[in-house]
Amino acid sequence: MKLHEHQAKTLFADAGIPVPDSRLATTVDEALDAVDEIGYPAAIKAQVHVGGRGKAGGITIATDREEAARDAEEILGMDLKGYTVGTVLVEEGVDFVDELYVGVTMDRGEGRPVLMVSTEGGVDIEAVAAENPDAIAREHVDPAFGLHPYQARKVVYEAGVDADVALDVASILSTLYDLYEANDASEIEVNPVMITSERDVVAADAVMNIDEDALFRQSELADLAEESYEDDLERKAAEYGFDYVRLSGNVGIIGNGAGLVMTTLDLVDHYGGTPANFLDVGGGAKAERIAQALDMVFSDPNVDSVVFNIFGGITRGDEVAKGINGALADFEEIPKPVVVRLAGTNAEEGMAILDTDLIRVERTLEAAVQRAVKNAEEVVQ
Amino acid sequence: MSTFVDDDTRVVVQGITGGEGNFHAGQMIEYGTNVVAGAVPGKGGQEAAGVPVYDTVSEAVDAENADASVIFVPPAFAADAIFEALDTDLDLAVAITEGIPTQDMATVNKRLSEVDTGLIGPNCPGIITPGEAKLGILPGNIFSEGNVGLVSRSGTLTYQVVDNLTERGLGQSTAIGIGGDPIIGTSFIDALGAFEADADTDAVVMCGEIGGEDEEQAARFIGEQMDTPVAGFIAGRTAPPGKRMGHAGAIVSGSGTGTARSKIDALNDAGVPVGDTPEEVADHVEGFL
Repeated sequence: MKLHEHQAKTLFADAGIPVPDSRLATTVDEALDAVDEIGYPAAIKAQVHVGGRGKAGGITIATDREEAARDAEEILGMDLKGYTVGTVLVEEGVDFVDELYVGVTMDRGEGRPVLMVSTEGGVDIEAVAAENPDAIAREHVDPAFGLHPYQARKVVYEAGVDADVALDVASILSTLYDLYEANDASEIEVNPVMITSERDVVAADAVMNIDEDALFRQSELADLAEESYEDDLERKAAEYGFDYVRLSGNVGIIGNGAGLVMTTLDLVDHYGGTPANFLDVGGGAKAERIAQALDMVFSDPNVDSVVFNIFGGITRGDEVAKGINGALADFEEIPKPVVVRLAGTNAEEGMAILDTDLIRVERTLEAAVQRAVKNAEEVVQ
Repeated sequence: MSTFVDDDTRVVVQGITGGEGNFHAGQMIEYGTNVVAGAVPGKGGQEAAGVPVYDTVSEAVDAENADASVIFVPPAFAADAIFEALDTDLDLAVAITEGIPTQDMATVNKRLSEVDTGLIGPNCPGIITPGEAKLGILPGNIFSEGNVGLVSRSGTLTYQVVDNLTERGLGQSTAIGIGGDPIIGTSFIDALGAFEADADTDAVVMCGEIGGEDEEQAARFIGEQMDTPVAGFIAGRTAPPGKRMGHAGAIVSGSGTGTARSKIDALNDAGVPVGDTPEEVADHVEGFL
């Protein structure tokens, strides 16, 4: 789960990390009130979960009231890589002389957290990592002990941060690690940390992702998640408790098990279609769950055709089929053509009882996907 | 193959009195697995799924000589349950639980490096040696005895490939679901090494997915250290960057590491054919044998 920049910065500020003075605004008038209080220059920053906001035009610097009005007008409501900007963060411009990158993340390969520091801040750090990996200093943390303060100092000095600000940067890094642990973050990045002409150190941006599997013990962050859905269907999926990802195609996909659902998406693409979503209904076969899944894909206006791919393991195929029939009975009409493919335990019995007046049944995964792609093409024509 | 489990494996089920644990303990016993005990704090002295329940894993080991554990414990308590298994000197722990916080798994991972107990999972369907034993939730009836080893990050995708194999009369030596989390106990390389050493395995299927670099490392291992032929499948070719595709570990990073393309290329470079469909994977395996 991604926090917005302003949410992460609130956590930073509460923990004592210096951040620029800022206000949130959802209208041009609010933005102007904010700059009146903060002064110029002021940064106006779109609050959407999109990487590379600056390059995409979602961040501007206003030097006077006229520019601020024009920028706020332009950014509020703008479409940024598919997301509509509803909120901007109006922030005091920082007069900086240097930019650093500072981050804490989980090193999957090592199975332990890693601190990262680079003096090449303010640019795409992934590109730095690819082109010049030595420009990023790294220090792994033993999760059983936690961070020893010397480790934060070591990695900051190793990165070549200027001596007069090194201890301040190390202190920010230590605090970031505390936040990482305390909030079950999967990643925290500050890019850039700005060094001002007065040699103050300020966290000018904030990326903070929270481990969704830890939200059960992070109730305050779970509440923030409610605010952070930018897509009605994603919000609905969260209410239903589905693993769901919305994509841009027109073939709706429902299946069980992450690997098999991903495979179904890939096959839609393989056979010339475009997947509209990833939706994993998980185990079990209750009609209510299946009805909720169908409701999800039916209510996506992009979906022209649906493929339902279930591999019955412990849950038997005939139980799944009863669930599907029960779910279909909830709909007055089937608004989009549905292809069902059942496999695994008792698949034959299941296919025999599926209501073929309402849906089409295919015996193999390949045939089901091909049929769904064809259905989608026919609707488009 | 008996590298991991066989019909001598004596299993304790942690969480046997919960719905999932109880149901699957019964399924394991029905399949022929030697389930000898359950372990649930506060439930010692009861019986569940026809076996005695103990308060601790160590009591189950002392009383019933258990040497492996299957863990069906809710996410909030699962890391503790894994520690209990690791600290009790079992040979193997299989953690089925999905949704364990990654930072908990980092501490488990640290402990794992200090003990002799192996860990499969978490967030996995478990392991099955057809005709002998299954530890986990895999549906026993779709498997058949044979000489194809399977290792996969995903449950139902494994079942799909097994179905394609079984349809052609290609049975399985052992199938291992290693789990879809970012931090897991048994890696692809661990499983591939076991298959390479196993006299009963003549071909291997490896099903990977987006996220991390385990598949790339496995590809290098196959190229350098395996004679047994391997066929691959990689799920998530159409996954957009930055989105978690169901599994906590299945995520392509913003910069484009962990992509299906990178994994497929690495496998191809190691001489491993990668199927575009599960059916094509079975074609490759048939070609090997």
